[in-house]
Order: sequence, then structure tokens, then C-alpha cells
Amino acid sequence: MVSFITYKLILVIIVFLVSLLIAMYSTYAERKVAAFLQDRIGPNRAGPFGILQPLADGVKMFMKEEIIPDVSNKWLFILGPCIAMLTACMTGVVIPWGGVLTIRGHEYPMQVTDINIGILYLLGVVSIGVYGIMIGGWASNNKYSLLGALRASSQMISYELAMGFAIIALVMHTGTLSVREISEMQTGWHWNIIYQPLGFLIFIICAFAETNRAPFDLPECESELIGGYHTEYSSMKLGFYLFAEYINMFISSAVIATLYFGGYHVPFLGRFVHDANALAILGSVFLFAKIFFFIFFFMWIRWTLPRFRYDQLMHLGWKILIPLSLLNVAITGILMYLTGRIH
Amino acid sequence: MLTNRSQAVAKKEMTLAERLYLPAILHGLKITVSHFFKKKVTIKYPEEKREFSKVYRGTHVLKRDEIGAERCTACGLCAVACPAEAITMVAAERKKGEEKLYREEKYASVYEINMLRCIFCGLCEDACPKEAIFLTDRITPSTFKRGENIYGKNKLVEPIDKPIDISARQTQAVLEFKKHKEFAHNKVYTEKQLPNKH
Amino acid sequence: MTLYLFYFLSFLAIISALMVVVSKNPVNSVLFLIITFFAIAGHYVLLNAQFLAAVHIIVYAGAIMVLFLYVIMMMNFSKESEPSKTKLSQIVATVAGGIFLITLIGALHFYDVDMSPGHSDPGAGLVGALGKVLFSKFLLPFEISSLLFLAAMTGVVLLGKKNNDNS
Ligand code: SF4
Ligand code: SF4
Repeated sequence: MVSFITYKLILVIIVFLVSLLIAMYSTYAERKVAAFLQDRIGPNRAGPFGILQPLADGVKMFMKEEIIPDVSNKWLFILGPCIAMLTACMTGVVIPWGGVLTIRGHEYPMQVTDINIGILYLLGVVSIGVYGIMIGGWASNNKYSLLGALRASSQMISYELAMGFAIIALVMHTGTLSVREISEMQTGWHWNIIYQPLGFLIFIICAFAETNRAPFDLPECESELIGGYHTEYSSMKLGFYLFAEYINMFISSAVIATLYFGGYHVPFLGRFVHDANALAILGSVFLFAKIFFFIFFFMWIRWTLPRFRYDQLMHLGWKILIPLSLLNVAITGILMYLTGRIH
Repeated sequence: MLTNRSQAVAKKEMTLAERLYLPAILHGLKITVSHFFKKKVTIKYPEEKREFSKVYRGTHVLKRDEIGAERCTACGLCAVACPAEAITMVAAERKKGEEKLYREEKYASVYEINMLRCIFCGLCEDACPKEAIFLTDRITPSTFKRGENIYGKNKLVEPIDKPIDISARQTQAVLEFKKHKEFAHNKVYTEKQLPNKH
Repeated sequence: MTLYLFYFLSFLAIISALMVVVSKNPVNSVLFLIITFFAIAGHYVLLNAQFLAAVHIIVYAGAIMVLFLYVIMMMNFSKESEPSKTKLSQIVATVAGGIFLITLIGALHFYDVDMSPGHSDPGAGLVGALGKVLFSKFLLPFEISSLLFLAAMTGVVLLGKKNNDNS
């Protein structure tokens, strides 16, 4: 018997550590994937297959000299990466990482908290995330950083709209805002991607834009902005920014897998496994498999597509994705009316 | 036409499928993922070494003759031939009793090649009348200081106990010529016959 | 617990609201305003109006304030670019502020506020209840406000277009 608080605390710590671990190894995976897609082999010196590379990078980041530019606003300069990291870590709590474990008659759902507006919480935290970049970019007192920050903010606001509309269509279909209920609904083959293909497409494009990943990595594009918003950052503060990006990528993958790809449900698994606990654990394993696929997909896209130009980005966001997502909402409504789910 | 893969660029209206971009993106993804499974071209350098061409032009060596005397006579032809002006030397006269060290009466007391200037063209090797300087298949390592790139005799002259084989760089005609031990150029001096012209 | 949270959030909201006015740097003002929004969102959560809290964060802190910050960063205010404050304008500002304060106090004084908690349905703030009310009881105001937004949007697009043609 574990008390409610300790159980939640343990779960939070596990989610936090897993996020960190996956983000750590995402840096390694990113370099490996990049290398493999380019016919190279990537890092292979630190440990077997370079498996210790993230540790080496971490040590390097910690050992580097801390530089705080003289002219910058010191507090805000430090606050920037902190916010980026904080918001990145905050999203993990509403995602259902698995079914319900029953240990000695007590039920332990593998989700930190199931608030009834889970999706809105996700959107809210994501929309706060941009402050980390904006504050850091502004406090650096560097024109490249400032430009990067401005780009990040306008990009995020633009794509949040389309993302919101895509989610509205999804919510119309599922009829709930709770992430757990949404993933509960997708048993068997009833994955939301089948009912919301256009919504999924819009969502994943916006997810790329919200995480500032290529081809939408304009806030930090090296060719014109040096490092973008983190030009002036060094040492672990830079590490926080980079880390936050990878955590965001992990969480986005988790959200995509949960909202559109059945979460921890696997078709036909129930026929072979009958023990509820085993089923729950297997479900989590499959959820992580889905997440890893999407992380790979993020990287795959990054090393395939060139970066957008800024006007193209805005054009895509405002003139294509938003009308498309509105259309998607309308189509969803009409279909629901025709199938008699609303009157 | 330089290549058979060039494509004529035409500015025409894009079709709907092209404007959607998605087919093009999928195509790109297909291409990159096909590379994922291709054989990797990386050579893990210190463990694995790329096979060099037989006539690879790497770090120079100053050769010794059969009994271990330096062949270079400090004639300066290599320095004159060098297009990068990388070679400098100081000539000295051979003293009595040094016959085993230097093959000719005049020798280079200082012989330096600036490896930062050298373009590894091999003209010094061509110019040398004494078969003293050769380029080898050894890589010139990078250094932390500029000065370390100026190679003196300590780095250039081959060690007595470990002669460096350069026969691969010599043409058939040269090898044939070298068989005639009666020519002065190829003469092998024994201990007793050391030329004592002083 | 809830009471302490309430006091903490109120304290935070008031202090940072004051800081919005007091701080010299406009960027700091905006940041304090964001903290205020968060504190208020916390109050919504305490009132069991989670939907309102989330939307408050998304819309105000996540979008509107980002735009504010965006504009302020673009302008890059500094001490030199600050408009000069003459004696006259200071006096006028004090008088205007004072009158506003008196009006506020007066209004609160004569209005009988019912401070007793729990006189409404605790589920009223949840999404389902809110949606039902919005689409039945308050359908007309809801639609009118959406029309208002549509008009504003169209206006903005029109203005943007016009500028484009001129240049
Ligand atoms: S290889 Fe060419 S550049 Fe180098 S020292 Fe010889 S002649 Fe000069
Ligand atoms: S290396 Fe050859 S060419 Fe150069 S000085 Fe010596 S003998 Fe002359």
C-alpha cells in the first residue's frame, strides 16, 4: 500500500527522469540518424557505438565557461533557459503513459494527473514556452538573438492557431478534453488518425513549427542568425535550451501518439494477453515504440527537408493551414451531423 | 555537356500535386531513408587506414645509402625546383672520419622543409640528382604550433635501423639503372673502400 | 490549504500588478503582467473554473502578451527614447488617477458585494456546463461577440491590404 501522495511523487519523478533520459539520448540519436541518412556512422568513440556520447557532451557543457554578456539583463538572461526547461518538463504530467496497474487491489493509473481539460493544459504550456526563447533572446542584447526571438514568437503564435483548430476538430470527434479519455477511446483500430487524417496532418506540421524543428527552425537558423536566440549563451544555459528542444520533441511525439495513434492501445493485443497488468505494461511499451517512431520521424524530416524562408513559413501558416483547419472543423461537423452523432 | 544528369530548368505553372508538396516530401523521405540502410563510407581512421595509391605523395624522407651515409649533397636543386619555396638548407664540408655519415664531400648540415608551404608536388624528388629525397606514403600530421611544421633533419632523414622503402616510387628504368653497381652513382662502398680523397 | 493558496495568489497578483506600474523598463512591466495573469488563473482554478483558467493562460499569457512583448522588443525602448515628463503632465496624471481611485472606492462602497462563498453550483466552471450555458442561455451574446471578432478580423485584413497597395 502506497499512499496517494508518494505514488504521485514517484510517478512524477519517473516521468521527469524518463523525459531527461530520452532527451539525452535524443541528442545521440539525432547525430546517429543524421549520420546514417548521410551514409556516415556518427559518434562511435565514447563507449561501444558511442553510447556514452551524451554523458561526454553533458560533462563538456558543465565544464565550459559561463559567460554572461556585460550589457545584458542578468536576471532575465538566466530566467530564459529556466522557463524553456520548466515548460518543457511540465507537459509530461497530463499524458497517460499507460493503462491502469492493479497492485494488491489498488489501482495505479500511469498518468500523473487526469485533468478534464488536459488538451487545453498542453496548449497553454506550449504557448508559455515561447517566453523562454523571447526573454532569453531579448536579454542577450544581441541583434541576432533578438531577431531569433521575434521569429520564434511570431511563428509560435501563428501555428498555435492552426494547431488549436486541428485539436478542436479532434475534440468534436472525441467529445472530451481529457487526454486519458481520448486515448481510452482508441481501442483496436479506432485510432483517431483514421477519423481525422487532415487534422493529423495539420497537427504534425504545427508540432514541427512549435518545437522549432527543421524545416521550421528559423529562430535558430545558423546561416543567417548565427545561433538565433541562443547566440550569446554558453555552458549549461545553452545546454538547457538545447535540452528543452529535445524534451519538447519527445513530448510532441508522445502527444501525437496519444491523440492520433491510439496511445497505449495496440490492436489485437487483448487476444493474446489476458492479464490486465501485463496488458498495461505492454501497452506502455508499445506507446513508447510509437513515440520513438515519431522522434525518428522528426529527425528524418530534419535531415531531409531544407529550411523554409520566413515569408513561406508565414504563408503556409496563415494562408494554408488555418483555412485548411477551419475546413477540417466544418467537414468534421458535417460528417458528424450526417452520421447522426449530433442533431 | 559535362554530365548526363543535368536537367533543363523550365519555369512553368506547378500542377496541383506539385503545389501540395506532400508527394515531393514523401519522395525526399524515401530517398533519405534508402540511404539509412546503405553501406557507410566512413573509414575509422586510426584503426582502419585508407589504401594509398602506390605513388602517394606524403611526408618526405632523406635517404641513406647501403652503409647508412646520407645521400644528400646539399646541391640545392630541390630548393630551386620547389614551386612553394618550402626547402631551405645549409651546406657543410665533410670532415675526415665522417665518411660513414655522409656519402659525398659536401652535405647538408641543416635541411628544413616547411610542411605548411609544401604542396606535395614531388618536384624536389624529380630534381634530386642523388636520389636523396623522396616522398613517402606517410601522412604529415597536423600540429598545435606552426613551428612544429618545419621539419628538420631529425624528422626527415630516415633512421638507420629502419630504412624506408621507396622502390614503389621509382620507375622501371630507374630500377634497371640501379642494378649496374659499376656506375659511380650506384657504387656500394664497403668499409675498406670508403673514398678518402682528402 | 485553499485559503493559504488564495492569500498567496492574491498577494502575488497585487504585488506584480503594482510592479507593472512601477517598474521603469517596459519589458519588465510586461513580464510582471504575465505573472499577474498567472495568479488570476490560479484564482480561477481555486474557483473550480479550470476551463476559464486554461483559456485565460492560452489567450492572455500565451498570445496577447507575446504580441505585447513582441512590439516592445521591436521598439526597443530605452531611457533616451522615453517622452519627457513635464511638471504639468505629472500634476494632471496625479489628479486623474486620484479621481479614478475615488470613483472606484465610491462604487465599491455603495455596491453591496456578497462575499459569502459557495452560493453557486461548483460545477458551473467545468467545460461541459459552460458549453451548455453558452449555447443555450447565452447563445445570442455569444454569437454577437463572435460577429464582433469577425468584423475586427475583416477590418484588419482590409487595412493591411490597403497599406500594401499604397506602397
Ligand atoms: S614536394 Fe613540391 S612543394 Fe613540397 S618540398 Fe618538394 S618541391 Fe617543394
Ligand atoms: S636532396 Fe637532392 S637535390 Fe636536394 S640538396 Fe640534397 S642532393 Fe640536392
